[in-house]
Amino acid sequence: MSDKDTTYQVPIGPIHPALKEPFMINFRLDGETIVDAEAHPGMNHRGIEFMGMHRNPLKVIPLSERICGICSIVHQHMFTTAVEHAAGIEPTNRARYIRTIMAELERIHSHVLWAGVAAHEIGFDTHLHFTWKVREKVMDLLEYIAGNRVNYSMWTIGGVRRDITEKMYPKVNETLDYYESLYKKLEEIFLGDPSIRLRTKDIGILTEEEALRLCGVGPTVRASGVKKDVRIDQPYAAYGDLDLDYVIPSRYGYENTGDVFSKTLVRLKELVQSIDLIRQCVDQMPEGDIDSEPKKAVLLNKLKKADGEGIGRIEAPRGEAFHYARLKEGQEELDCWKIRASTYNNLTTYAPMFMGEQIADIPIIAACIDPCIGCMDRAEIVEINSGERYSYTHEELHVLSVEKTKKILEGSL
Amino acid sequence: MKLTKTFDKALWVFHVNSGSCNACDIEIVAALTPRYDVERFGIKLVGSPRHADVLLFTGPVTRKMKDRVMRVYEQTPDPKVVMVIGNCGSTTGVFYDSYAIDGPIDTLLPDDAHVLYVTGCPVRPENVINGVKEAWLYLEKLRGDDK
Repeated sequence: MSDKDTTYQVPIGPIHPALKEPFMINFRLDGETIVDAEAHPGMNHRGIEFMGMHRNPLKVIPLSERICGICSIVHQHMFTTAVEHAAGIEPTNRARYIRTIMAELERIHSHVLWAGVAAHEIGFDTHLHFTWKVREKVMDLLEYIAGNRVNYSMWTIGGVRRDITEKMYPKVNETLDYYESLYKKLEEIFLGDPSIRLRTKDIGILTEEEALRLCGVGPTVRASGVKKDVRIDQPYAAYGDLDLDYVIPSRYGYENTGDVFSKTLVRLKELVQSIDLIRQCVDQMPEGDIDSEPKKAVLLNKLKKADGEGIGRIEAPRGEAFHYARLKEGQEELDCWKIRASTYNNLTTYAPMFMGEQIADIPIIAACIDPCIGCMDRAEIVEINSGERYSYTHEELHVLSVEKTKKILEGSL
Repeated sequence: MKLTKTFDKALWVFHVNSGSCNACDIEIVAALTPRYDVERFGIKLVGSPRHADVLLFTGPVTRKMKDRVMRVYEQTPDPKVVMVIGNCGSTTGVFYDSYAIDGPIDTLLPDDAHVLYVTGCPVRPENVINGVKEAWLYLEKLRGDDK
């Protein structure tokens, strides 16, 4: 380091009210401007793949749910798909539709949750409370269908464990109607409000080239105009039968800028898309069994005899995620299990997004990829300097962020 | 340690994630937001352990988080109550046979720590509220005749 270097480091995390999860980012700052950002993962590493390789596939399903509490459906969906692929088991037709409905319901809950967090990060706590209040409606529906607010245990190898019967349709439709009528208000808040526009427009820009180069996934790169969506590129569950298109800003008359504003836009439009997809599923729901092998002892025996490898690719609310599973003949436990969650790809997009932004913009940019560390922390990465690094607390950062909004409102910035 | 009368008014809680799956964490936030709204009881989530009366621990304590979790515990002023939220915090739950887990948290805390357990995987927001109420009663009992 030369004498002229005036930059300094601001570490954020791992225990941090903004993150809600153990994760650490080291920022290098020049005055108020960020010149470098370095991520230090590994704090949430629980050795899940290792544990999975010591249990039989049916016991791994509850474990796979607990990789992440927000995307619990995503992980059990991927895991069961991978094992079905490896063992040559086909889920029933009705199960495919129920899986799709549940996955889309989770997307609604995840995106509404994100909108609240984003509003909180730029200092609009009223909106945080508003979005979390409206989120309870979809949580109620998920509880009504699955019996629990989070961690639903709906999936099993070859189908699902609980049916969505005709008796439940009115409640499903009521919830969808509620979100449809609400969407206008959400759009007004997040896309129309001038002060939110000022805090999100042209902040945290990810260009299309960078998005492709860094292999980002999901709404993070769709906001930059990259057409990438597993539901369309390689349909799974019932998506092949449904009518859907890539959600990118240019479809709605906006520019594909890749800033925080377009990421918000993409997530809000996906809310509408999810509602539409659930309606299509309910309309086309086929009759039949929900589970191809209700006798679990028979299924376990079949899995024990199976030999092969399988993959499960899913478009999670945060983007494409991936499970790999290998079964060995005569062995009850999984032979190999590998998880790659969407945040793993999206973290690399932090570097170009943070570059040249201000400290006050750290919280919103950190939140804009919807990071999910519980999903991501699969590999242990050794880092050398993790000692005394608590100089900037989140409180101070949050105050800075709120102050910036106030300044904008007063017109002094 | 003797309790002051401030505990009659409000409990301030600080949330520490020691490697949990997020589910309990979002349910804690859900307990703070309008449907459940614990702030009407004076329960408030604060941003620093130095301001807190109650520590909410989630997660089974991963190896890398162990030192940090202990530091947060030490930074919290006495008297304090530790609330362990969720099954994996109480017993390591579904992660029981992992190589990367140093928990559960109560095996790491000093012997005289006051620990309460809130069960559920994940806990329901109602249960979080119940847990804070139990913490209140516990603190009152600790104070004894000094009320």
